[in-house]
Amino acid sequence: MILRLAIASLFARALTVGMTILAIGLSVALFLGVEKIRTGAKASFADTISGTDLIVGARSGSVQLLLYSVFRIGNATNNVTWDSYLDIAGRSDVEWIVPISLGDSHRQFRVMGTTQAFFEHYKYRQGRSLAVSDGVIMDDLFDTVIGADVAATLGYSVGDPIVVAHGLASFTEHKDQPFRVSGILDKTGTPVDRTVIVSMEAIEAIHVDWQNGAQVPGQSTPADAIRQMDLTPKAVTAALVGVDSPLQTFSLQRAINEYGQEPLLAILPGVALQELWGIVGIAETALLAVSAMVVVTALIGMMATIFSSLNERRREMAIFRAMGARPVVILAMLVLEAMVMAAVGALLGLVLLYGGLVVAQPILDSAFGLWLPIEAPSLREAWVLLGVICAGAIVSLVPALRAYRMSVADGMMVKT
Amino acid sequence: MPDPVLDIVDVAYRWPGRAGFSLTVPQLSIAPGEAVLLLGESGSGKSTLLSLICGTILPDEGRVRIAGTDTTTLSGGARDRFRAEQIGVIFQQFNLLPFGSVLDNILLPLRFAPLRRNRVGSAVGEATALCAALGLPPDAVSAKATALSVGQQQRVAVARALIGKPPLIIADEPTSALDANSQAAFLDVMFAQIETHNTALLMVSHDPRLGARFDRVISMYDIAQVERAVA
Repeated sequence: MILRLAIASLFARALTVGMTILAIGLSVALFLGVEKIRTGAKASFADTISGTDLIVGARSGSVQLLLYSVFRIGNATNNVTWDSYLDIAGRSDVEWIVPISLGDSHRQFRVMGTTQAFFEHYKYRQGRSLAVSDGVIMDDLFDTVIGADVAATLGYSVGDPIVVAHGLASFTEHKDQPFRVSGILDKTGTPVDRTVIVSMEAIEAIHVDWQNGAQVPGQSTPADAIRQMDLTPKAVTAALVGVDSPLQTFSLQRAINEYGQEPLLAILPGVALQELWGIVGIAETALLAVSAMVVVTALIGMMATIFSSLNERRREMAIFRAMGARPVVILAMLVLEAMVMAAVGALLGLVLLYGGLVVAQPILDSAFGLWLPIEAPSLREAWVLLGVICAGAIVSLVPALRAYRMSVADGMMVKT
Repeated sequence: MPDPVLDIVDVAYRWPGRAGFSLTVPQLSIAPGEAVLLLGESGSGKSTLLSLICGTILPDEGRVRIAGTDTTTLSGGARDRFRAEQIGVIFQQFNLLPFGSVLDNILLPLRFAPLRRNRVGSAVGEATALCAALGLPPDAVSAKATALSVGQQQRVAVARALIGKPPLIIADEPTSALDANSQAAFLDVMFAQIETHNTALLMVSHDPRLGARFDRVISMYDIAQVERAVA
């Protein structure tokens, strides 16, 4: 009955109570949303590469190597010579190795040269392999396989010709050697979706008439002639390596890092990811702290609302007291009321979160490649909601204690 | 002679924080079923006396006995419970919780008084019967408290005070918010009910014309002394 009366009392003040609940709901939705994006981004990053034991590149920073080789963020400072690559590939503890050659682009998308082995060994999201949704994996020199986003953004289908530009965001295009789309990959939610994949030899082929980053004037080798040339790569940007046994990972890593002929760097993708989290962790924590402060602000707003309602509710409290309610009942009612408001606010926040997710999920996915799964609230989120309700109760103790003192002093007589 | 339902002996109370302001009541006693009108102007200490009787404040000296129990010996929570069990309270006005239904309001004291609740049997049936006896329209029980007129609200307050048959009803100027006709009608139905239930009534008013209906009329000036420090 007391709960019902408390709820009826809340309904009687529907406007202010509604505003308070809306503020709590929005703040909770913001907090959970930030949390969702944070974990979603982490999962997205972590899902980008799996099954690769080491990433090898020219010596730079481990995070930098991870970013340019896997996430296509930033550029390599240097390449790895083909000889070194073959040296590593020939080691007995290397089970497989996939070369990657970056540096060219098609429209806004990066072009990556690699081998058939890439499709065999590149794994994402706990060991899933790449698959073509349309066409086949390239088998000709001038064939390309494009990611799902490339196809969707540029409207390409199998058989379309495409022209690769030298460098990134460059207008000098390798017009002489037009490529043909041989296959389109399934969407993966990884940077592969935004990549144009060609063979290692193709990267060499498009640079046949180029020297020092510029086309040699008047020189244009026909495609047929290029096919006859030796297109062995001179260098690779990075390589993905798998080892026979996990135990060998560290010794191989050390061997590559101490490689005499050339300064090289081998990293464990998981360790580099941890390092990356370390860097973005501060921003993450700040973002979370700000959204937590928003929740606190909303709860303090609720406290203010309860405070301002106390005077007009003195009569109500006097009635309860006259009917035999102990002062602690008055206190409990106000706390209960606050908990109801916080609980409804928290649920509203959850509804707003899921509503927002339904709307934002495809937008985030296509714009940032960030896939936020819509799933039942996690235990962590349940704890957050419970925490909001408890915090509401604690915050409401301040006005409730004041009401307690008022009702002790007033008794059942209110001089108004 | 049966035990008095209310028996005050040598009660003295000093307001905290207001030096020299005190109320003393040497003796006040009400027999079961007796209707007593207590006359007093505002500032005569009658609100304080009612608070002492109801146990929301404790006297510094003396004892307040209600239905044989000295409430001054009870703890705060026990006094609140005791009040819920033994006393029905009617205010001057704004008696009802505006967001509750009439039924919610009538049943409210039972929530804090399990013994009184057990005496009632069917609480809803009893509330409906009381409303009918007090001349409220049949559908009033389920109406929202604020939908009623002031006179009707005061009748609901009487029903709430009477439910579960507490031995004593305290009414603090229950008619002052009503016009003359409503006053008479209100007192008619209230007296009919307290006689039916054999409930004692202590009603405070500043209007001596109401006295004819009561068994006894007393004045604050006769039973109590208020002292104020001269500034």
